[in-house]
Amino acid sequence: MSHLFKSVPIRSYEITPKDVYLSRRDFIRAAGVAAGSAVLAACAPSEGDDVQEIIPDPTSNATDELGDPVNAYNDITNYNNYYEFSTNKEAVAPLSENFTTAPWTVEVGGLVTTPRTFGIEDILKLFPQEERIYRLRCVEAWSMVIPWNGFPLKSLLEMVQPTSDAKYVRFETVYRPEEMKGQGSPFYDWPYQEGLRIDEAMNDLTILATGIYGETILPQNGAPIRLVVPWKYGFKSIKSIVKIELVGENDRPATLWSTAAPNEYGFYANVNPNVDHPRWSQASERRIGELNRRPTLPFNGYGEQVASLYEGMDLSLHY
Amino acid sequence: MKIFSRYTPLQIAIHVYAWSGLLLLVFKLVTGNLSANPIQDIERSTGRHAIVLLILSLMCTPVAAIFKWNEPLKRRRTLGLYAFLYVCLHLIIFIDLDYGLAWDLIVQNVIEKPRIVVGLLAFLLMLPLAITSFDIWKVRLGKNWKRLHWLVYLVAPLAVLHFIWSKKGDVLRLQGEVLQPLIYGLIVAIFLILRIPPIKRAIASFSLRGMFTRKKETQSPKQAGLKDPAQ
Repeated sequence: MSHLFKSVPIRSYEITPKDVYLSRRDFIRAAGVAAGSAVLAACAPSEGDDVQEIIPDPTSNATDELGDPVNAYNDITNYNNYYEFSTNKEAVAPLSENFTTAPWTVEVGGLVTTPRTFGIEDILKLFPQEERIYRLRCVEAWSMVIPWNGFPLKSLLEMVQPTSDAKYVRFETVYRPEEMKGQGSPFYDWPYQEGLRIDEAMNDLTILATGIYGETILPQNGAPIRLVVPWKYGFKSIKSIVKIELVGENDRPATLWSTAAPNEYGFYANVNPNVDHPRWSQASERRIGELNRRPTLPFNGYGEQVASLYEGMDLSLHY
Repeated sequence: MKIFSRYTPLQIAIHVYAWSGLLLLVFKLVTGNLSANPIQDIERSTGRHAIVLLILSLMCTPVAAIFKWNEPLKRRRTLGLYAFLYVCLHLIIFIDLDYGLAWDLIVQNVIEKPRIVVGLLAFLLMLPLAITSFDIWKVRLGKNWKRLHWLVYLVAPLAVLHFIWSKKGDVLRLQGEVLQPLIYGLIVAIFLILRIPPIKRAIASFSLRGMFTRKKETQSPKQAGLKDPAQ
């Protein structure tokens, strides 16, 4: 297990200076912009040293524990499934640009001893943020490697002290149809909700993320706070969370996708090449940035850490 | 300018439309304007163009009947062949670019996945239509040519089903990503309904009679339809 977290104390932007982040092409483009603005600046009235900051397209030398490089920041922030904004993955970033993420509170309650509502600023202060480089496997058979910044969900749950009756954790995304046009669609059971079994939630791999590449997480990636469960399909990793509720044995959370198509999306949704989606295969995937497909790994390659959670369960029934 | 006198506006529109899809795709590919998952983009895009062109080819007959305009009937072949071109591209992209000729995975898909089965079936049914699209086959097959080409009314629903099943959700319960496939399905359903004999006859006799046929009646009463009370 320890090998997974070797890279944790160092953030990718600390390994790679920002100027090296810029790929050659971007460097040339940036240089062109700089040269162009220098020419313009010569004609314009001087406004002191108001240098426009060049937005980086960081690529980093960091890899996941299997040695695969992290995906480019530009890909991570421009290819997003976030149906609250759009079903078009490229449209999410522009549509979510002005999404309000402050003020923001996360209400944690249900079967807990000390229910509490956290402001996002409290969360950032209370829980030390660490980097976790995880693979994200979408149920649509593509994947990315993402350097998240966040903290184990366990730390937050321990603070509110779940009672012994708490068996599941239910998560809810903000419902704000005026800002999230997709929530006007009648074909989905809004607001988005997801759930984990309590032992899955307490697993050390499960984190709440607030950043990517050392930068504050952007709305298209689930700002200001989202769940990341790397051994499950991406749709389990719910975005823009406003509510976390601990519930009992008989209240297993209904999730948006298992409500929409129960025979296709189960509660567990563990990445599993041997349990296919009824209409498309999960045996292989395309890593974004690569041309060839690669075989999908059981539990997305995290079997060593999580397979024991499902001992004795028939995973083709509990998909 | 000779070209413009040889081709009708409808012909030019069809050729321009059909090629623009492919050119736009190549342009986006070359300039890096596809998404982070470019293979899936071109796979989906060629599939969508194929369905749209197929729907346009189905549209010709009802449009000709309703507007008493014969030209669309002559353009069905062009539209159908363009649809077939996009289907071929779509299939090649799936096998080569997407699955990198990994036949074990492809065969597994064909055997297990109804979405792939239905798509492949639509392709196989289109194949004889494309082959017999030349005039010489029309002559050679005689009456059977028309019968054979009725297959397009099977191809279109299969293509839409293939599209529906490539989206997340449950179309029967109206849950998930179902809006776009439903629109395509509805359009195809309407064109199929229009081909049901009694409805077909009704269109032939009643279509836009008030608007166009009154004037023509005096010149050639035959055009006014089957059951004209004026006769």
